Amino acid sequence: MAAIDSVDIRPPRLVVGPLAWLRKNLFSTWYNIALTLFAAWLLFLLIRPAIQWATTEARWGVIEANLTLFMVGQYPRDQLWRVWLTIFVLAGLIGLSWGVWKNVARGFAFIALGAGVSFIAIALFYQWDVWTQWLIAVAILLAFYFIGLYLPRGALITALGWFLYFPFIFLIIAGSKYITALPSVASNLWGGLLLTLLLTVVGNFGALPLGILLALGRRSKLPVIKYFSIGYIELIRGVPLITILYTAAVLLPYFLPIDFRPDQVVRAMIGLIMFEAAYQAENVRGGLQAIDRGQYEAAHALGLNGAQTTVLIILPQALRAVIPALSNSFISLFKDTSLVAIIGLFEIVRISRSILAQSDWLGTHREVFFFAFVIYWLFNLAFTYGSTRVEEALGVGKR
Amino acid sequence: MNETNNQEEIIICRDVHKWFDQFHVLKGISLTVQKGEVIVIFGPSGSGKSTFIRCLNRLEEHQKGQIIVDGIELGNDIRNVEKIRQEVGMVFQQFNLFPHLTVIQNITLAPSWVRRTPKAQSRELAMQLLRRVGIPEQAEKYPAQLSGGQQQRVAIARALAMQPRIMLFDEPTSALDPEMIKEVLDVMIELAKTGMTIVAVTHEMGFARAVANRMIFFDKGEIVEQGTPHQIFNEPQSDRTKLFLSQILRH
Repeated sequence: MAAIDSVDIRPPRLVVGPLAWLRKNLFSTWYNIALTLFAAWLLFLLIRPAIQWATTEARWGVIEANLTLFMVGQYPRDQLWRVWLTIFVLAGLIGLSWGVWKNVARGFAFIALGAGVSFIAIALFYQWDVWTQWLIAVAILLAFYFIGLYLPRGALITALGWFLYFPFIFLIIAGSKYITALPSVASNLWGGLLLTLLLTVVGNFGALPLGILLALGRRSKLPVIKYFSIGYIELIRGVPLITILYTAAVLLPYFLPIDFRPDQVVRAMIGLIMFEAAYQAENVRGGLQAIDRGQYEAAHALGLNGAQTTVLIILPQALRAVIPALSNSFISLFKDTSLVAIIGLFEIVRISRSILAQSDWLGTHREVFFFAFVIYWLFNLAFTYGSTRVEEALGVGKR
Repeated sequence: MNETNNQEEIIICRDVHKWFDQFHVLKGISLTVQKGEVIVIFGPSGSGKSTFIRCLNRLEEHQKGQIIVDGIELGNDIRNVEKIRQEVGMVFQQFNLFPHLTVIQNITLAPSWVRRTPKAQSRELAMQLLRRVGIPEQAEKYPAQLSGGQQQRVAIARALAMQPRIMLFDEPTSALDPEMIKEVLDVMIELAKTGMTIVAVTHEMGFARAVANRMIFFDKGEIVEQGTPHQIFNEPQSDRTKLFLSQILRH
């Protein structure tokens, strides 16, 4: 007994080194050995031609020549500084969030930092002049991180900053005929990754508040609100996104006065928000149902009224519980934005197809779509990683 | 019972009935609690004692009869209900702390939002209460990081932060491990000695013996018997009371 009390016994190490891992998982029995070898042979058969193609045959020049088109579509080249400005402000906000909220925002900050540094390296390697802009972005991010560490009332300022950021990018990208420094840029010129991201962000963050209201409405005791919410959610969930986009693009103008007919991009955004709100509502409802009755009772017993109970006690817990579902919807919408190609918007997929029509680059389907594939995948990977970190950091109270 | 509203009568129940669907849970409860009294309600499970105490701040609605708390009758007017809830603190069997808030935030939440107490002042009061329940060092932790006994003491502090005139305890020690029951009972006994009006549903007979002015035995939705702890323990009148007491006091 004495020995056990005085010496710390470590847990036994079950797996020792990569060789032991290989033996345990891949070569434990004769049929496992056979399966491993067979699978390796299949992989080799698949990958060899792909690598061969990528290193010899492929004309990657199509990507380099059209990179700006991929990123911003037909956005006027002399106005590109406006896109950079939104990136700089974004870098500042990410840095500020990192400094103020530490762990919660660290995942996203690391991704942004990693991306920025990679872009600098890539640009330097290919001798593109944009490396200076990325360097500025990284510098801004780091500078604002340190500001965030010492900023009084940092949380409030940062939250306000994010809140104002979305109208801000809209103003900067769209411009206005009343501001000489920012001449308006018609939305049919927006395109590529810029448009895809704008649609994703506006679609999701526009839909979330609406979805929360619908979820609360669906549980309301007032029949009018309850059945309106149910009706809306079930109607939208019952039809494909494409039909909603068509409706928004073609029918919406008929319902609105002539002076107030939003352009095609705004119509697409309205369509995406309406669509996404129904799904977010069901996600949030799942979280609301997971809250114990005792939480309502404790809040009521303290004298909190219905609105205070919902906002201070129920929603924070419900939303935290459904972060995985919310980020799942976020990713879905990101990919679904490719459907706006159908109503004539040049997001990444449509841009890719228009690049293929250039006479210099005929027959480069594989290169172009591989690039689009990588863009989608990298963004989703980054987002998944970042939201997992947020989830972990917010899980404090659950432990 | 005297019809004129004596100032001392802080809770008045007259012929209170409640049904869950067809099931008659409360069958005409009449009870008057004087200010500063400590009442212990006990009885077999399913006897309606928890339902009754939850009617006193309208977490459950009674369907017949009258409940008047601190001069205000409980009814469908939500304003009256909220007003009464501010004056009536409640402690639950399952603690029901807010898991997304720290201990100190749990305690200051209601004073800040309901009473509009300035932040510094509500924090000051919260720390005072935490010292009183013996865990000031846990202020910045989350509920899930505390033991059951500590959580229940935070729940008591949270209820007291509204400076209520009445405290309701609904089986406050039933979900606790034996070694933690005492720390919660000590806090309750201390509270009873300050003159707080307390209505507690509990089977902690040590607590009842120490501080209760009156014990009330519930069975099948009715008050079977009531009296001082001395009367209840030494000369219970009803056979049901005798049987129940013999069951819970055997060990």
